[in-house]
Amino acid sequence: MAETDAARQPTPPDEGSPRRASSAERAIARSPQLDSVIHERTRLGLVSALAANERLSFVELKSLLGATDGNLSAHARKLEDAGYITAHKRFEDRVPRTEYELTPAGREALQRYVEHMEALIRVARGR
Amino acid sequence: MLHAIDHDPEPPRLADRAEDNLRFIRSAMESSSRFTEVSGVGMLLIGVTAVAATLVAAAQSSDRAAVLVWEAEAVVAVAIGVLATLHKARGRWQRLLAAPARKFALGLMPPLAAGGVLTFVLQREELFDLLPGMWLVIYGAAIAAAGAFSVRILPALGFSFMAVGTLAFLAPSGWAWWLLGTGFGGLHIVFGAVIARRYGG
Repeated sequence: MAETDAARQPTPPDEGSPRRASSAERAIARSPQLDSVIHERTRLGLVSALAANERLSFVELKSLLGATDGNLSAHARKLEDAGYITAHKRFEDRVPRTEYELTPAGREALQRYVEHMEALIRVARGR
Repeated sequence: MLHAIDHDPEPPRLADRAEDNLRFIRSAMESSSRFTEVSGVGMLLIGVTAVAATLVAAAQSSDRAAVLVWEAEAVVAVAIGVLATLHKARGRWQRLLAAPARKFALGLMPPLAAGGVLTFVLQREELFDLLPGMWLVIYGAAIAAAGAFSVRILPALGFSFMAVGTLAFLAPSGWAWWLLGTGFGGLHIVFGAVIARRYGG
């Protein structure tokens, strides 16, 4: 499959070495307004990719995020349960195809997450 | 180093983490909205047909006949390019109508249209010697412009074509046709092989 920039991204925080999975990361994860559904790296990548495209198929997302089938379905399910994405299933030449689309709630969640990160940067650097 | 990291004050590290998250979001958005159906295999095949065209054109007795050979090659190359793109996008047809593909096509078209106009004019004026340099520079500009919306290596291919085209204008006459072969044959084969290996076909 196409090698993508998303797949070459820096190591996700929760997979880094214990020393570098830092107290900073824990502090971000602990903050009360943080949306933990969207904070996880694969799900964050999934939502971001869908924010830039009307719809993306399971296969496209898999190659973009460098995820395995099982991994991607689990994360997509979690986002569906949260109401952030919707799945469209159909058959093409008898092969099942799943396409995902961001819901308005999902777009708002991403927006909130970005604002949250920007606020953290302002607070930490602004003084 | 680790000592320094451990004793860093907390706020800057928090900000680093947050910035890293924002960078990740931006990169996921950007890479998902690139046109990735560019076929390296198709490019390689175009390169091979261009090498054949170089040899056939060199065997012609007049410049006019050589130009016709290259124009036939252009038709063959466009056909290969379209078929290879369709093949690479198989099962994902909607990707060819989506925004990344549209931007790619919009980058490609204006320079190619300009090339068509200039080909007509230079041919009418019988300035055949200028055609190879013009074709190389214009095609390079088209690839560099379209490449802004595609895989990162593509603009490099475009600029390489423009460099070879510039050389074709500066080099002694007679070299231009061989440089045309170097560009459309050599560059397509080399970059096509890299794209096929790195970007899945």
